[in-house]
Amino acid sequence: MNLIYQTWSWYVSGFLIGMIMLCLIYFGKTFGMSSNLRSLCSMAGLGKRVEFFDFDWKAQRWNLAVVLGAMLGGFVAVHFMGDASNVAVNPKTIAQLAQLGIDAPNGKLMPDALFGTQIWQSPKSIFILIIGGGLIGFGSRYAGGCTSGHAISGLSNLQLPSLKAVIGFFVGGLIMAHFLLPLIF
Amino acid sequence: MNVLKYLFVGFVFGIVLTKSEAVSWYRIYEMFQFQSFHMYGIIAVAILTGIIGIQIIKRNNLKDIKGQPIEIIDKEVGSSRYWIGGLFFGLGWALVGSCPGPIFILLGAGFWSVLLVLLGALLGTFIYGLLKDKLPH
Repeated sequence: MNLIYQTWSWYVSGFLIGMIMLCLIYFGKTFGMSSNLRSLCSMAGLGKRVEFFDFDWKAQRWNLAVVLGAMLGGFVAVHFMGDASNVAVNPKTIAQLAQLGIDAPNGKLMPDALFGTQIWQSPKSIFILIIGGGLIGFGSRYAGGCTSGHAISGLSNLQLPSLKAVIGFFVGGLIMAHFLLPLIF
Repeated sequence: MNVLKYLFVGFVFGIVLTKSEAVSWYRIYEMFQFQSFHMYGIIAVAILTGIIGIQIIKRNNLKDIKGQPIEIIDKEVGSSRYWIGGLFFGLGWALVGSCPGPIFILLGAGFWSVLLVLLGALLGTFIYGLLKDKLPH
């Protein structure tokens, strides 16, 4: 039973993620999550104002079904498959976060300092989450994919453009994690 | 379209990303601090599995579920869009610790504050749509 509740190893998880991508290829589709954001914009009727959203989002309904399934999976995994041993990150990481005033995981997936209920009273916290999301949405569409579309699908197919994008992801992430986060918190 | 198979693949994806903790802000922070191999291991094994699978598909001209030859479309040639777009994405990824898949997974799990991240991501996508023709690609 421990196998269910403990953190899954990187090799099992990585293998399963690779198989999920291959499974979607077998279904005649591609693995890419950020294109759903474009579909949602199109569903909201933005295609009438902006050409980029004027496309047949209904052809992408299968991907929205994947998203819905992923949400259900997240619900089940968080509510029925976790225990207090989870998210055992490096003690050095925890000490570093404490200096920034960010709480230790203790089995939680997300820090309360950024995602707890008190953030709704803090304009700064709300702003951080919206800006972070904005960068993700803008960047993934500009680059034509995110971690799933470029890092997993693209690199698996030995695509040079995806390698450029993934290097971009890491350069951006390192700048944020090492230089900007300490300024923000 | 048989919705159930896509729901099922998504369901497994949601469970794997949650149980591997790839959806966790802490894991992303730890990765960018080079303080654990965990995330690098996940990404590397996923890519390795994918490379082997795609090579098997290509070398054997395998067919998809409907019996059509499997065609994997190459990414568009280009540079600026990948470097600059990637950089923007990375800044957001390390700030809120989630990429698009995990945004949805975390919302499904009931982390309501992630709604703000989703709202931002939709806004960001919309802004790209507005500026698309003015940006270098």
